[in-house]
Amino acid sequence: MSGHAAEPFAKLPVGPKPPLRRFHQARWDEPIIFEQSRPGQRGIAVPGPGAPAVELPDSVRRAAPPALPEMSQLHVLRHYVRLSQESLGVDLNVDVGQGTCTMKYSPKVNDSFARAVAELHPLQHPDTLQGVLEIYWRLERMLAEISGMARVSLQPGSGSAAIYANIAMIRAYHAARGEEHRDQVITTMFSHPSNAACAKTAGYEVITLMPDADGYPDIKALRAAVGPRTAALLITNPEDTGIFNPRIAEFVELVHQAGGLACYDQANANGILGITRARDAGFDLCHFNLHKTFSTPHACGGPAAGACGVSEALAEFLPGPVVAEQDGRFSLVTPPRSIGKIRPFLGVTPNVVRAYAWIMTLGAEGLRQVAETAALNNNYLMHKVLQIPGASAPWDRRRIEQVRYSWQELSEETGVHSEEIGVRAADFGVHYWTSHHPYLVPEPFTLEPTESYSKEDLDEYAAILAHVASEARTDPELVKGAPYNSPIHKIDPTPLDDPRQWAPTWRAYVRKHLA
Amino acid sequence: MTHPYIPNAEPGVRAEMLAAIGAARVEDFYADIPPELRLDRPLDLPEPFVAEHDLVRHMRSLLGRDTGTEEALSFLGHGCYPHHVPAVCDEVNSRGEFLTAYAGEPYEDHGRFQALFEYVSMMGELLEMDVVNVPTYDGFQAAGTALRMACRHTGRAKVLVSGAVAADKLSKLRDFLAPDIEIVAAPVGPGGEMGEVVLDDTFAAIYLETPNVYGVVETRGRELAELAHAHGALLVVSADPISLGVLAPPAAYGADIACGDIQSLGVHQNHGGGQAGYIATHDDEPLVAQFPSRLFGIAPTTVPGEYGFGDVFYERTSFALREEGKEWVGTAAALWGITAGVYLALMGPQGMREVGETILARTRYAMDALAGAGLRVLHDGAVHFREFAVEVDDAAALLDRLRAQGIYGGVPLDDRTILVCVTERHSIADIDRLAAAVASARRADDEGGRR
Repeated sequence: MSGHAAEPFAKLPVGPKPPLRRFHQARWDEPIIFEQSRPGQRGIAVPGPGAPAVELPDSVRRAAPPALPEMSQLHVLRHYVRLSQESLGVDLNVDVGQGTCTMKYSPKVNDSFARAVAELHPLQHPDTLQGVLEIYWRLERMLAEISGMARVSLQPGSGSAAIYANIAMIRAYHAARGEEHRDQVITTMFSHPSNAACAKTAGYEVITLMPDADGYPDIKALRAAVGPRTAALLITNPEDTGIFNPRIAEFVELVHQAGGLACYDQANANGILGITRARDAGFDLCHFNLHKTFSTPHACGGPAAGACGVSEALAEFLPGPVVAEQDGRFSLVTPPRSIGKIRPFLGVTPNVVRAYAWIMTLGAEGLRQVAETAALNNNYLMHKVLQIPGASAPWDRRRIEQVRYSWQELSEETGVHSEEIGVRAADFGVHYWTSHHPYLVPEPFTLEPTESYSKEDLDEYAAILAHVASEARTDPELVKGAPYNSPIHKIDPTPLDDPRQWAPTWRAYVRKHLA
Repeated sequence: MTHPYIPNAEPGVRAEMLAAIGAARVEDFYADIPPELRLDRPLDLPEPFVAEHDLVRHMRSLLGRDTGTEEALSFLGHGCYPHHVPAVCDEVNSRGEFLTAYAGEPYEDHGRFQALFEYVSMMGELLEMDVVNVPTYDGFQAAGTALRMACRHTGRAKVLVSGAVAADKLSKLRDFLAPDIEIVAAPVGPGGEMGEVVLDDTFAAIYLETPNVYGVVETRGRELAELAHAHGALLVVSADPISLGVLAPPAAYGADIACGDIQSLGVHQNHGGGQAGYIATHDDEPLVAQFPSRLFGIAPTTVPGEYGFGDVFYERTSFALREEGKEWVGTAAALWGITAGVYLALMGPQGMREVGETILARTRYAMDALAGAGLRVLHDGAVHFREFAVEVDDAAALLDRLRAQGIYGGVPLDDRTILVCVTERHSIADIDRLAAAVASARRADDEGGRR
């Protein structure tokens, strides 16, 4: 029997639904896998050798078996299915809360195409790989058209790897012209941290432009920074604030005049597909994240995939090989002054196939609808969020595909911080992310609705934020005490930063805390 | 038509939303983009296949032109390996909760954090090391980063790299290290192992691979570790984790950093797209500080008995420090890590030992079989794991003849050398078939020569 004796049952009709979803994530109290081990059990059998055993010298033979868990197959499966239920992907939630990351629907049919390449080997003879090579060739050309660039490489393993590949090409380009003295790269504070970090890894000094009073990258600071030491400008547009810099061509021109190259981080391309292109603003290089703009799944943080686009002048430096076509036959060629390999083989093929399929189901008109709808959804959500007392968005500018908001006013009034609002939002079944450091925008949160979500989804997300903001006023301790509906309760992060206590593996945990 | 992936492109809802915002047109949102930067025509893209059925047909017609390693008998390896992938690995890997999750917080992505913590923990047991990173892109990147870590740790800018490394991997290392780190190549000895090594106090590291590019298992790890340490350098060892059920982990003979690729652990070949890199060290704070990648660890919650998780030593990373971080960190290959964890949990210590023994035995059987078919097997006296090289008169011609019989015979390393890969997926009958096909191709060549 359900219901308590003292509580009468509700009557038909049972609708309408409550204003906020009564969400509760699965909570399994799932032990660490090592705690479930039972010696002698196993999850899968392995073929016997069928040939004489090989004698190994003691110097190479493992002395003792690894202390891996021993479990039957069902128990391994059940463990991981439970853990999966304690994770919140796009398939489950209104995933607009991970701004800068372009969370969107990853079509299921595309996963089936990715499975079709599972047992291809990259070093098969090209005659046996004509289908997949044609997909590479076609996608390279489609991305060239979308960016306006001359050539594209699909080798990089992610957006950041593509940023690094672009910097490696910039370095090779200047070296080929005897201009190794160019040792500075200019970027902006709202570009992804990888722009600065990749440039530094490649040996460059990094100059960071701050936003001006209007939220645009400061052109005066750029004028002061460019010079004979400038190797390149690395810039995102629109930046992670959602603001498109209308003087972007002037930025590029200033860098070109100084002899540097201009490189466009197109992680935020989703709102400008078919509307404006990197090359049209004069850029020499650009990159896309296939897992953002072109819908391949984010997969808990990869496998990702990146694409580099370059002008004709830089094509000879592309990582190789790239796919060439002659008379309908596809082969692999390495550009003459290639920077070499950025990753093994040809890149992350399952995602290349998915991205190709995604563009092929949308076409030119569809991509434009993606961009326009992403911008519409973003401005609609902004309209809703800015109605919530205590929420604001610095700089009164138009936004393209995302907005960096601030809870400063709410936080000053209630003592509740953006991060705490995010944890409480999780109680309603949505993800919410503050933003990258540094917090130039105080108490920030960045929302990027993309084209995948319906008006009702956006209304729901805004209603959750409004509800949590009102809770912060009426009962701040309630918000600070969250989460309540998650698999776990509030975490004490201090051991994670203490070398005596941190436990980056189970064996470290056992040694430090259980011994 | 409203595209199935874009609900709000429907004209009614679009109008409703515009009205709510108080905007006349979507165009208003693009006011910041100057006219001269506007594309004044539609993108020049192929006509779309909007209907899913039409898309499926199109994709099948393209992908049907490939002949994969399940339709042929493949002995291709060289960094991408045909190991058996248990069905449970595929099941977990394709769960939408994992597949479509990203960078969530510990409260809504608790399961992702735990699954990745368990992956690094199982790798830690296999490697006998306490610190393992959340996967980086691939084994190439792992090697490059491991060497950069060694250089940062020692404050030196020179590394000795084994000559028995794949050419592509060396190309990556050159791009990644060469601007400020000198790479000295160590010779390959006659037995296929790393040859004579000369080191001084200017080196940050010796880099060794085992099994190396020829499939040879290096036996002098202990000696190289002692040599490196005597000069204040580190030993960095790239080891394929699937070998470590039977082969000693690098830490056992003194390696300071272990690295490599985990594609062999339950990830399909994926045309080379299934690679993911691991890096591991002991729990030594100065060395841990050199990791650029994310490290996940256990933290307590307010409720006793509950495991929480979070980033260990997050302030190392470029997420926190931008250009002051150690290299960069971004989206890399986490799901392959979760999948590799499933693999290790299924296999357990017994399965890992058995798969290692099977591969060792079948590799030796295949070496003997191809020698019996008249090929010269290189480094025949060395222990081989999964791969070995054979010398032939004309690599391309032999591989073409084999391919005509539905056999992908191996990867040509040069005009006369072929690298042959044998895993637990190759039965004795498969190997016999390869040997017979090689013998028959050689007979055909001989007869052709006599005519």
